[in-house]
Amino acid sequence: MTVLAQLQRFGVSYSRDRAVAPALADVDLDLKAGEKLAIIGESGSGKSTIALALAGLLPSEAKLTGSLVWPGYPDRPPRAGRDIGFVFQDPGGSLNPVFTIGNTIAEVVQVNRSVDWHAALQAAHELIDRVRLPDPELIARSYPHQLSGGQRQRVAIAAAIAGRPLLLIADEATSALDTIVQAEIVALIRSLVEADGMTLLFISHDIALAASLADRIAVLRSGRLVECGDTRTIIQEPKDAYTKQLLRAHLAVEA
Amino acid sequence: MPLLEVSGLSKRYRRGDTLVSAVDDVSFTIAAAETLALVGPSGSGKSTIARLVTRLIEPDAGTILFEGTDLRGLKPSALRAMRGRLQIVFQNPLAALNPRATVGRVIDDPLKIHTGFSRGERRSRVASLLERVRLDPALASRPIHEISGGQRQRVAIARALASSPTLIVLDEAVSALDVSVRAEILQLLKRIQRETRVAYLFITHDLGVVRAAADRVAILDGGKIVESGIATEVVSNPQSAIGKALVAAAPRLPRG
Repeated sequence: MTVLAQLQRFGVSYSRDRAVAPALADVDLDLKAGEKLAIIGESGSGKSTIALALAGLLPSEAKLTGSLVWPGYPDRPPRAGRDIGFVFQDPGGSLNPVFTIGNTIAEVVQVNRSVDWHAALQAAHELIDRVRLPDPELIARSYPHQLSGGQRQRVAIAAAIAGRPLLLIADEATSALDTIVQAEIVALIRSLVEADGMTLLFISHDIALAASLADRIAVLRSGRLVECGDTRTIIQEPKDAYTKQLLRAHLAVEA
Repeated sequence: MPLLEVSGLSKRYRRGDTLVSAVDDVSFTIAAAETLALVGPSGSGKSTIARLVTRLIEPDAGTILFEGTDLRGLKPSALRAMRGRLQIVFQNPLAALNPRATVGRVIDDPLKIHTGFSRGERRSRVASLLERVRLDPALASRPIHEISGGQRQRVAIARALASSPTLIVLDEAVSALDVSVRAEILQLLKRIQRETRVAYLFITHDLGVVRAAADRVAILDGGKIVESGIATEVVSNPQSAIGKALVAAAPRLPRG
């Protein structure tokens, strides 16, 4: 597999009250084209910082060390919104409450595909259908508050893939959903990523959920990469004590 | 006599021109020192039941017998006295607790309301409550917004314990926590139950939590209890459609 993005001794820090607080330090990680990579960790582990760095969405005051390169894109890194689709935890916060669903998705299509508004709306309907929402015509006319949390997250996914990105980043995209809806959204992400040949970066605090989807798992703790490997190896032969602790903390439904 | 006996509980909400049943003829009991989990998907009525049982909202029908007294008939003064014995801990402690108040004040408030302790007695009681939830008593002077999410949920539990409750409703109280913090809080809740014989009504959507924390479970769907029984038995062999769907959807670690 070719390498899509490469982090080398990569670090991110913020100056706070003249003290430097590293959010991420010395991370060496390759994101391979076409793979499903999960980054797992707890609050403050730096997992969202990696996602924001890849998407070029870090705040301007962030200080970067080491390097982040895109080997296939020597002239210009992939752009957030078009080449990189982003799905956040809270779809209520990602969707404009006074825009209809159809307009929200059509706007992303128009900005990224240089088509007219009519064609963009038509594409929005097709995207609503692709994320398996019933009755695309009705959904397109609806506002975010009229949909359930799971439906809103499907809309956010439709908007994220509207620019036909090569990389989809899902940052705790299912954490606010109940178990049944979570399983449906994970299945949807898997099928879209596989159908379009997208690379997936799946960020989660849930190691079992990550294992159900990812080819590889990277474990972060306090801004450092503690372990990275094939899902099977990480789950069955974890080397790091912290990975073992996360596996022990998983509450299984079976004995 | 059970500690809590809920029967025929119903609550409807108006949505536009129609009435929607959020809780529909729900009955269950909880004994002292017991944990009953109410589990179900979003919109199944579990949080409405948490609010009905603590009388934060009024039921349309049904009785809620707590320590033998029907909560529905209670006058405000008697309800206030009862609230010391029936506490609730919410999912988000930063929303439930005043972020600018100190940890000490958050725990002292219920002591002021529910006990006749002097200031000095209350101060030592705050310290012992912090120790009970495994926090350093020196934390009492820190504001809520400065401590971590896991510490905040421990403070919320200490506050609930301040008035010596016999029942605590835990409304998704561990759902927003990191997995390792969640494991610690579940252990803490069990230890407190052994020490104080407090009962828990554990509201959750997570069957892994049910299996780890509950004695019995009732599964809700569309406002009705569709299945109930011993927690480990129901989780390993659910009979209802929604119980089967919840078990099937639970994330599992791949084996072998």
